[in-house]
Amino acid sequence: MSRPRTEAEYLARLAPPSVAGLRRRSLLAGTAGAGALLGTGLLAGCGSDSDSGSDSKAVSLGSNQSDPVPKGVIAKVMDGFKTSSGIQVAINTVDHNTFQENINNYLQGKPDDVFTWFSGYRMRFFAEKGLAGDVSDVWGKLSGFSDAFKTASTGDDGKQYLVPSSYYPWALFYRKSVWKQYGYQVPTTLDQLNTLGAQMKKDGLAPIAFADKDGWPAMGTFDILNLRINGYQFHVDLMAGKEAWTSDKVKKVFDTWNGLLPLHQPDALGRTWQEAAQSLQQKKSGMYLLGLFVAQQFSAAEQDDLDFFTFPEIDSTIGAKALDAPIDGYMLARKPKSEANAKKLLEYLGSTDAANITVKNDPSTLVANGKADVSGYTALQKKAAELVGSATEIAQFLDRDTRPDFASTVVIPALQQFLKNPKDVSGLLTSIENQKKSIFTS
Amino acid sequence: MSDLPLIQADRAVPSPAATTTSRGGRGRRLRLLSRTDRVVITLMVLVPLVLVVGLVWLPALATVALSGTDWDGIGPISEIDWVGGKNYSDVVEIYPPFVPAVQNNLLWLAALFAVATPIGMFLAVLLDKEIRGSRFYQTALYLPVVLSLALIGFVWQLIYSRDQGLLNAVLGGDTDWYGDPNVNIWAVLVAAGWRHVGYIMLLYLAGLKGVDPSLREAAAVDGASETSTFFRVVFPVMRPINIIVLVVTVIESLRAFDLVWVINKGRNGLELLSALVTQNVVGEASRIGFGSALATIMLVVSLVFITLYLTTVMREDRR
Repeated sequence: MSRPRTEAEYLARLAPPSVAGLRRRSLLAGTAGAGALLGTGLLAGCGSDSDSGSDSKAVSLGSNQSDPVPKGVIAKVMDGFKTSSGIQVAINTVDHNTFQENINNYLQGKPDDVFTWFSGYRMRFFAEKGLAGDVSDVWGKLSGFSDAFKTASTGDDGKQYLVPSSYYPWALFYRKSVWKQYGYQVPTTLDQLNTLGAQMKKDGLAPIAFADKDGWPAMGTFDILNLRINGYQFHVDLMAGKEAWTSDKVKKVFDTWNGLLPLHQPDALGRTWQEAAQSLQQKKSGMYLLGLFVAQQFSAAEQDDLDFFTFPEIDSTIGAKALDAPIDGYMLARKPKSEANAKKLLEYLGSTDAANITVKNDPSTLVANGKADVSGYTALQKKAAELVGSATEIAQFLDRDTRPDFASTVVIPALQQFLKNPKDVSGLLTSIENQKKSIFTS
Repeated sequence: MSDLPLIQADRAVPSPAATTTSRGGRGRRLRLLSRTDRVVITLMVLVPLVLVVGLVWLPALATVALSGTDWDGIGPISEIDWVGGKNYSDVVEIYPPFVPAVQNNLLWLAALFAVATPIGMFLAVLLDKEIRGSRFYQTALYLPVVLSLALIGFVWQLIYSRDQGLLNAVLGGDTDWYGDPNVNIWAVLVAAGWRHVGYIMLLYLAGLKGVDPSLREAAAVDGASETSTFFRVVFPVMRPINIIVLVVTVIESLRAFDLVWVINKGRNGLELLSALVTQNVVGEASRIGFGSALATIMLVVSLVFITLYLTTVMREDRR
């Protein structure tokens, strides 16, 4: 999963040493700073130390799964691969956010043979740039994946570049005990959601927990509103830069959001998602729109009390069947040291064996392979898998569906600006559109 | 200036075998330099030169050059497209965080200069009085400078968090210290000042220890008060340290980066030029060209202060 989960992990992605290390040594600090920033191309990134090219029984894996549970799962899956194929995997684990921030340098340097990454624009981008290897022949040997997963693994040229491993849906999460206590019903339309929110306010709850200090959580709200109001195709086109942000359709998304803001926890810009999730856990909030990883903020005993529903319908002609469900998976480096071994590894990673190991060891994720034995799923996992299975269209999340430069340098400040001042939507959208034109034409 | 003739002599004489008589005075001076000396001098000039050119000037010039392109950090340099001044016009015209960033940098400079630096100097003067436990205070005040960045971010997060923070728990309010764009810059300035005070204090204390005690005694004999001793005698004597303190303050505020990055990556009221450069250049965004344009603007701003400083210092030297 892609999000900072702990304070420590959040802090771990701090200033690069090139910037943080300068004290007053040089009067030319500004110059040196500029130089150091330029020098990021020279930063080592996160290359592998495990050179194993000559050994035909070895392959390397660059993993961003730095949290203890997923890290343990990866190790177990690799053990399984070694048992079945006799090939030793050198795992190069890098802190999740560091991995993400260094990905450009990493892929252009000497990446590991196989590396963890996401589907969506971020995958197609590297495929188009020639920084990832074609795995279409591996897909020929895989079974158990739905067409949705195959589409999500396909680049612009029609070839596959990703072997999906896991995914998680975004939905409105709530505590069963709280809803039972007050007698709340799951809303299926926007009006019902508003009524429910008003009732929760009367009952002294913050209806919808909300946090956007880190900039990305509000993208989830934008995504789901856009999917509900304008549908999947418009969302995809908007993300691809083909639709104008100044259109009435986008304006309607922000107007609807503005109408829902009073139901959201106030002062979201100073809150981390963990804090918002804890307000749900402490029964101070009624519901929370987030990914399945929200469950990490609940103790094992409370897992059964956690439930969710998909965001209600806004336009009956659009329905409520589309949702964000980001897919994580594995990709092949452009020039793997041992292509045969790397492909064997990818085939194993896409197999039911690997999926079964994951199911057994990690209760916070859903495996992508449909033939995997999912009897070990918790009730929450089962329901999440059903929700995604019944979805007509699956989006990947805003920062995976559009250019990373647009998402991080334009959309994040813009959404935060909207939350600060929800009144001036048209000015904001003009600003986004101007920047979008500049970025997408470059 | 005294080393210049040495180098000239070195170049002027093709071989160490050159006789002293034919070259007159120059040659006599040359004889003072053995082969080892010349190797050492060459190395001492070359090594720093290579470092400065390679690590400072080339990257800086490359930054300026890249700021005219739309490079995304991927692919060979030959594929870079030249876009002229587009990045600069984009920065000024359609990039909303730019203006707040410049304002915040200036605010940072003003706050450190007008508040944190004088407090640091004041504390140094107090500690110089050899009061009881001065070593303890010294350590306590300097501690923020020593602490790692990650730890500082964490400490202030614990204090400022809206829902779980110490400050709101003690005051009983619900101020959104980090989220409210009108408040958070001041909250961060307190944290930045907290570090800066300790830094300046130590610098100034070191300077105060170096002041000749007889000056104070003489002032005391003349019947000067504590205050006028400081302002009329000690402060003027401390001129070199004062300049260092001033320069440190300016540099600290121009390169301010770490705290805002820890807090929210320099967004939402905490925009700083350095954070904007990092947002655009480092990480997945990889808007190298656009980020370089921001970096160049920062470079120009820094150059203004550096030039001011150098002209002042050189004018002093000439006097």
